[in-house]
Amino acid sequence: MLGYILRRILAVIPVMVIVAVFVFLLLRLTPGDPAAIIAGDMATPAQLERIRTSLGLAEPLHVQFFTWVGLLLQGDLGTSLISNTAVTTMIGQRIWPTINIAVMTILLSVAIAVPMGVLAAWRHRTWADYAVMSFSVLGFSIPVFVIGYIFIQVFSINLRWLPVQGYTAPSDDFGRFLARAILPCLTLATIYVALIARMTRASMLEVLGEDYIRTARAKGVSERIVLFRHALRNAAVPIMTIIGTGFALLIGGVVVTESVFNIPGIGRLTVDAILARDYPVIQAMILLTSGLYVFINLLIDLSYTLFDPRIRY
Amino acid sequence: MLHDTATTCSTRRGKGWAMKARHTVAGLLAGALLAGTGLVTPADAAGKTITAVMHSGLRVLDPIITTAHISRNHAYMIYDVLVAVDENFTPRPQMADWTISDDGLVYTFTLRDGLKFHDGAPVTSADAIASLTRWGKRDSGGQLIFDITESLEAKDDKTFVWTLKSPFPALLDTVGKQSALPPFIMPERVASGPADTAVTDYVGSGPFIFIESEYQPGVSVTYRKFEDYVPRDEPASWMAGGKVVHVDEVKWVTMPDAQTAINAIMSGEIDYLEQVQIDLLPILAASDDVTVETRDDLGYQAIGRMNFKHPPFDNKKIRQAAQMALSQADVLGTLIGNPDYYTVCGAIFGCGTPLADESGAETLVSGGDIEGAKKLLEEAGYDGTPVVLMQPTDVVSLTAQPVVAAQAFRNAGFNVDMQPMDWQTLVTRRASQAKPSEGGWNIFFTNWLVPEVNSPLISPMLNGRGDSAWFGWPSDEEIEALKAEFIAADTPEKQKEVAVRIQKHTLDNVLYIPLGQYASPQARSNKLTDMLPSPVPVFWNVKKAD
Repeated sequence: MLGYILRRILAVIPVMVIVAVFVFLLLRLTPGDPAAIIAGDMATPAQLERIRTSLGLAEPLHVQFFTWVGLLLQGDLGTSLISNTAVTTMIGQRIWPTINIAVMTILLSVAIAVPMGVLAAWRHRTWADYAVMSFSVLGFSIPVFVIGYIFIQVFSINLRWLPVQGYTAPSDDFGRFLARAILPCLTLATIYVALIARMTRASMLEVLGEDYIRTARAKGVSERIVLFRHALRNAAVPIMTIIGTGFALLIGGVVVTESVFNIPGIGRLTVDAILARDYPVIQAMILLTSGLYVFINLLIDLSYTLFDPRIRY
Repeated sequence: MLHDTATTCSTRRGKGWAMKARHTVAGLLAGALLAGTGLVTPADAAGKTITAVMHSGLRVLDPIITTAHISRNHAYMIYDVLVAVDENFTPRPQMADWTISDDGLVYTFTLRDGLKFHDGAPVTSADAIASLTRWGKRDSGGQLIFDITESLEAKDDKTFVWTLKSPFPALLDTVGKQSALPPFIMPERVASGPADTAVTDYVGSGPFIFIESEYQPGVSVTYRKFEDYVPRDEPASWMAGGKVVHVDEVKWVTMPDAQTAINAIMSGEIDYLEQVQIDLLPILAASDDVTVETRDDLGYQAIGRMNFKHPPFDNKKIRQAAQMALSQADVLGTLIGNPDYYTVCGAIFGCGTPLADESGAETLVSGGDIEGAKKLLEEAGYDGTPVVLMQPTDVVSLTAQPVVAAQAFRNAGFNVDMQPMDWQTLVTRRASQAKPSEGGWNIFFTNWLVPEVNSPLISPMLNGRGDSAWFGWPSDEEIEALKAEFIAADTPEKQKEVAVRIQKHTLDNVLYIPLGQYASPQARSNKLTDMLPSPVPVFWNVKKAD
């Protein structure tokens, strides 16, 4: 197992190198000029050129690349061309809202979706199954910003129970954090509940038709134990995959939800950086997201051994 | 890791997990709702803190390196200026009083008493000279003054003398202007750095202190009242007069979603919204707690700019045909919609300004003349060369103009190639002098604040110096000669007479196409009173009720 983990971690290195080269070149081929954003509308071509020089953008491409890689190897992600702030500082400021919202969303989603999926499979082709599937279709179909606006209208504008927008760190004020995080989490959870419930149902249906389930029932094992100990555990591998991928997507940034609820997360940081052609920030964010995907996939693979003893690494 | 644990528990403890999950969800909801009861009127907006949503996020903190309005607005919070223009467009003393020699060549400035930087150091002549010098390298008006500057020297800590080689009657107007770029006074150690590299030390002497530890680029910025700031005695007027601060803190937050900002001001979470989308105004009209108003009567000027280097707009008659095809009412009606917030205006210096004149804009303000445009095109021998029209798709205030113009051009007989792109691509591409078929362009549209175009000395479109001119690069010796005449004009009457000739020449030569003026409505909580009308949103004078 340890050898497998080490091999997987080592395999990250070539992946990150390829991502780094690809992202760097792609960004330089994209039209856009950070100097123009900094200088504003009135700048003359000569002024733009001077700013470009002061930012190091007038250097040959290979010099820019090796300068960036050199800094990267020292753990320095560079400095934002636009705000002149260290990229690590910017990411440090923006990653916690994203992580906190993602964790809370996944917890909520799993807590709601897994029982829903189990229920739908257990009561296959009954009203319960149809209700879960109907919710699932709705959850997939309604755009996330519409759900967000409906929640805001009901809970914030009409009932005035919760704030419309914003983010407070849980370490500053946990109650305020919860109040501000609940609507975005519920909004995002709508999609993930639909996704996870559907996957749980499909996976459970497959397992519930297996011989060992029939045997367990024939032996008089209670239905609850059949469902949750025998069936759900064996159905867990695909469910874990979807939960893990969903978590990675949430961490990667949920720009629309962050915008609707004004959460200063890394999704907005990335989009703002792209719009401003803030190369060091975009490069850092893509590297970070790629690394995170690789790491989460590793965790998902390792988690399979917990549910299926036949899986060995 | 957390989802891992939850699912593992589910497989091991069946009923226990389900119970726990139910408790978790219920707990989260209940906790949030309980906590929420105290949060509908958040502390952020309580007490003497004003929470404001500005038109964009603050990212560039150096107001001399950029012309971005948000950076200028930030600078007015933390820096002060020597001279400031009031609501009558008259330069008034702000940090300094002055005397002018009889021959108009020597300006002696004296700093007023009590000026202090946020770090406690007094503001001296050396700080003012370093700041003016750095500004002179970046600002077009400043460059004109420094071109004829004999010397700029300190006489003592509070007095400095600016000596010119030839008179520049508009010097005080230029030093006192409130847009792109005002000469903000920074400490000498900061201002003596290179003009093309952003400063990293944000100590000013203005009425608010920038709280660097709470700054998140593009997200939020906090300003605290500078207790040692000594306001002038005169009442505040635009950027001039006494900057009396009545609140402890001002916090700017960025909200990328316009609907969210509307919801936030209606629920009392924010106090002020610098720009309200016109189509969202009916929602605010339903609120008794919010006032919608226009506090900047001048507003913005929409414009079109052609490329003089390449066909077909290298031909004056074809440029005139394009201008003749356009109707300001059509553009503004599509862009803004609500006539309460736009004005058909043919004045290149903006209606409501001292130099305003509408000569030569007859077709623009009267609905366009498609038949006349067709005739001009025929006379010019237009051969169907495509007009590459750049259309930004990601800036709300710039999406309508290209579409309306493209249709008007097509109606007149132009072959239009409208190319959608994001604004960043556009600003890069407009710097290209390549042929339109090889990555260049023929026409684009943008907007200016009226104070950015209200004088021939500052309007970037009135530069006729070819390759060193603003994008479009017209070579126009006559406009340069007219501007020299304007600089030499020593009375408002003489300036106005030259300005009228510049107006006529600009529209005859189609240096650019003014497409009318529009205002941007703002919204404030009724808790805020005495907000000043001003082209720059300012947070002095304003009071907040408890």
